[in-house]
Amino acid sequence: MTKRKLVLVGNGMAGVRCLEEIVKIDPNRFDITVFGTEPHPNYNRIMLSSVLQGDTTVGDIVLNSYEWYQEHNIQLYTGETVEKIDKNTNQVFTDKGRSVPYDDLIIATGSHPFMLPLPGADKEGVIAFRNIEDCETMIDTSKNYEKAVVIGGGLLGLEAARGLLNLGMKVDVVHILDYLMERQLDPTASGMLQAELEKQGMNFLMNHQTEAILGKKRVEKVLFKDGKVVKADLVVMAVGIKPNVDVAKASGIETNRGIIVDDYMKTSAPNVYSLGECAEHREMVYGLVAPLWEQAKVLAKQICEVGAGEGYQGSILSTKLKVSGVDVFSAGEFNDSPNSKAIRIQDDFEGIYKKVTIRDNRIVGAVLFGETSEGTKLLNMINNGTDIAEIGKVNILQSSPQEGSMVAEMADSEIICGCNGVSKGTIVHAIQENNLCSVAEVRDCTNASRSCGTCKGLVGELLEHTLGDEFEIGNEKETVCACTSLSHEEVVAEIREKGLSHTKEVMNVLGWTTPEGCSKCRPAINYYLGMVRPTDYEDEKESRFVNERMHANIQNNGTYSVVPRMYGGVTNPTDLRKIADVAEKYDVPLLKVTGGQRIDLLGVKKEDLPNVWKDLDMPSGYAYGKSIRTVKTCVGENFCRFGTQDSIGLGIAIEKKFERLNTPHKVKMGVSACPRNCAESGIKDVGIVGVDGAWEIYVGGNGGTDLRSADLLCKVKTSEEVLEMIAAYLQYYRENARYLERTSHWLERVGLDHIKETLLNNATFKLELVERMEIALASLPEDPWKTFIENEKQRTDLFQNKKGVEVTPS
Amino acid sequence: MKRMAQTKNRQRLRVAHLDELPLQIGKEVIIGEHEIALFRLSSGKVKAIENKCPHKQGPLAQGIVSGEYVFCPLHDWKIDVTTGEVQKPDDGCVQTFPVDVEDNIVYITI
Ligand code: SRM
Ligand SMILES: Cc1cc2nc3c(=O)[nH]c(=O)nc-3n(C[C@H](O)[C@H](O)[C@H](O)COP(=O)(O)OP(=O)(O)OC[C@H]3O[C@@H](n4cnc5c(N)ncnc54)[C@H](O)[C@@H]3O)c2cc1C
Ligand code: SF4
Ligand code: FES
Repeated sequence: MTKRKLVLVGNGMAGVRCLEEIVKIDPNRFDITVFGTEPHPNYNRIMLSSVLQGDTTVGDIVLNSYEWYQEHNIQLYTGETVEKIDKNTNQVFTDKGRSVPYDDLIIATGSHPFMLPLPGADKEGVIAFRNIEDCETMIDTSKNYEKAVVIGGGLLGLEAARGLLNLGMKVDVVHILDYLMERQLDPTASGMLQAELEKQGMNFLMNHQTEAILGKKRVEKVLFKDGKVVKADLVVMAVGIKPNVDVAKASGIETNRGIIVDDYMKTSAPNVYSLGECAEHREMVYGLVAPLWEQAKVLAKQICEVGAGEGYQGSILSTKLKVSGVDVFSAGEFNDSPNSKAIRIQDDFEGIYKKVTIRDNRIVGAVLFGETSEGTKLLNMINNGTDIAEIGKVNILQSSPQEGSMVAEMADSEIICGCNGVSKGTIVHAIQENNLCSVAEVRDCTNASRSCGTCKGLVGELLEHTLGDEFEIGNEKETVCACTSLSHEEVVAEIREKGLSHTKEVMNVLGWTTPEGCSKCRPAINYYLGMVRPTDYEDEKESRFVNERMHANIQNNGTYSVVPRMYGGVTNPTDLRKIADVAEKYDVPLLKVTGGQRIDLLGVKKEDLPNVWKDLDMPSGYAYGKSIRTVKTCVGENFCRFGTQDSIGLGIAIEKKFERLNTPHKVKMGVSACPRNCAESGIKDVGIVGVDGAWEIYVGGNGGTDLRSADLLCKVKTSEEVLEMIAAYLQYYRENARYLERTSHWLERVGLDHIKETLLNNATFKLELVERMEIALASLPEDPWKTFIENEKQRTDLFQNKKGVEVTPS
Repeated sequence: MKRMAQTKNRQRLRVAHLDELPLQIGKEVIIGEHEIALFRLSSGKVKAIENKCPHKQGPLAQGIVSGEYVFCPLHDWKIDVTTGEVQKPDDGCVQTFPVDVEDNIVYITI
């Protein structure tokens, strides 16, 4: 039997997705030929925003590689455009003079970006944002030019603008209305979005109408209706799309805004179908991918004659802005109307806004800003018309115990990942077939959550739902890195048990999959060995991250920064003078007071470091180390009218006692002399607060990425007791925390109660900890800067460059 | 084009004594306008690549060296020191230079 001939015009997301469905249903039914204008295999167009923002690369967004076409015997012609279809003789004709006959034909030609017909719009440097070439133009332009103007404050415009900012350009976004993304957001969310993007460095020209684009050959300026002019080296028009009906129109196939199709994606011509952005269904033309998946499924069934049921019924749309640091989601009818009511949550502190519109006990729309994890869930509730009478209004926007049952109740065909059209059934199947146990594995296997990432939460729930307890176990175990299946705790236990003494030995004996580990496990093992064997382990410089190997902080341009100790933040004229002299002598580009109460010399050349240290003749402040950093102090009783204790004295004593100690992550401390807390003891790894006749010890504070206020551990009378408690606490942390786990995360994991129990109710154990700490402190090497000054070999090994000397060819 | 010109007048340069290269710690070598990262791997092999990460120009000589790879000190890209290729999930390539060792003297050809 001869196969039917199927021709696809348009090698884009919709068309190829439909082919995927077709070869799944009936791999041998068709001889398939594909024409695509773009010189690439099918790629994920929506990821162009991520490519532009530098989060991924063009190579990574290919959806179907050339091999895929070969595997399925699909004849692909890239860089070739179909110009005409002859409905009578059933043939297509291309711009390369080729003609190919068909039995069935699919038109999936997508859209043209809409270019405003402004004077000057044809100048060099005026582009759209639609394909790989546009993306490459923007990247190239950013290398030689500095100012971009994006026309259009919608999804695409903002994503382009963010990308251009990331590429180092200055960006004006021009919008004709007074609020952004008006089709996807309500005014409140839009206002919050604009404020956030302004913070990220975007400049908005709202209510501006463009009049002309000025310049000689290349764009130089943009002129507005009100006479205002702004500089522009690049203009990106992102004002909308119009369905590409060129070939249909030229061939006498019925079109309106798009190519008119029925519920089975049939056009007016026999055996000619259409889907994607070029198709118009019930007077709707879509500009997003979710409808394409549904259309592709219907069309595949139709064309393979396996029963397409009731056909395609239209789609409810949701959108998500793909700009890093901004979470925006919207779906359905989210604008207020007389016959719907809304639930709103607005938290100006956290920058969160959520609104759900409800009609007749059913959710009909939603807008989420700042926190969008419920997005997919809400969309499913909208699509399913879930009756929410039972759920309780406020719970809709809160993670409730019902979450789990939510994925359980979803039908297998329901879409979890809208961007890539991956259904629940596909994911569950993949989890079971391939023993997947993490969201990342599901992503790599099915593409779910690969694009915008909103559905990660749901994928996680599905994993949990599918694997049950296994997932908990699989999840619990955090291996040191990809080189081993052992957890941090297991590695430490093995080191102790087997008496291992070198990083290579650890990797060898414990069956590492790489011969010499990686940048994650090497420093970790080096730390563990030093912690377990404080007296005889010889630290491995080559297993240290650059900062700790060089004892200085590497900068973005390869220079280093130098922060000498200034115990307790106290300095004196001699030290200040030395710092000033060194800064002058070595042309230090920036002197800065740090957040840790000391002075930073930034931008020192690597080769100069040993001499800088020598001239400074001050100890290293370890501002680069996984070790004790600073002990911040307040003025205290000697000068301050509220001071109850000598905070400076205690701070200096603490810093001198514990300096140079290696810890799993950095440790910062603070001592304040009264509860006004001027040394910010409440956000330190260890924070001390003086009160009348006693010291309070707080632990687990953090002022960094995950802000956490410290918990009161205990109250003691004397400074000796403070030093002892810190010794016990830090030793317990050193022995139990995972490498790179700050005290705040460690404390959250093991619980304050457990730590209190260990340190306050078990005197013998506490003493043992203190003893082991004393051993560790006694075994510390001397100041590293001094060592470098004294050790010529180390100095040349690490800091001296070599020059090449030409040898005469022999 | 640039590459062609280089091939025409290749230079072989003496850059270091083997003893000057600590195992698994990179060394920067300056040759005219070239900055080269020289590595002596624990296998004993010596490799030379451009001292510039394709990501944001990180000085590769300062990275952690594991087996046949160096991890860039700035953002941890993993680069094969023999082929110069950036490992997945990142992409890119740095220039490599032929190295030979004769009587414990290391030579680079550029
Ligand atoms: C110099 C300094 C900024 C300043 O000019 O004030 C600084 C500079 C850096 N900080 Fe910091 N931090 C500095 C105070 C802080 C503070 C404030 C403080 O210590 O009082 C914090 C928040 C408090 C905290 O840690 O709890 C802080 C939280 C961080 C974090 C987030 C840590 C976290 O657990 O969330 C990092 C990233 C990391 O360590 O992984 C970081 C990392 C860095 C690094 C080392 C980035 C790196 O890895 O290269 C920066 C080096 C810059 C450079 O080019 O040299 N820096 N950093 C401050 C040095 C203090 C000092 O004298 O030692
Ligand atoms: C930067 C960007 C970000 C986006 N982000 C999102 C998002 O986050 N979420 C979302 O849902 N959607 C997003 N979209 C929209 C989404 O990419 C489109 O809806 C989708 O690609 C449409 O698929 P399609 O197959 O209809 O069209 P296309 O993917 O454009 O494919 C059509 C193909 O047909 C080719 N072609 C046209 N005419 C001919 C011819 N005569 N002969 C041969 N070939 C022809 C074209 O060159 C093109 O390659 C984004 C779009 C862009 C540009
Ligand atoms: S906050 Fe710290 S890590 Fe971030 S840029 Fe400033 S100095 Fe660098
Ligand atoms: S510069 Fe090398 S990883 Fe960023």
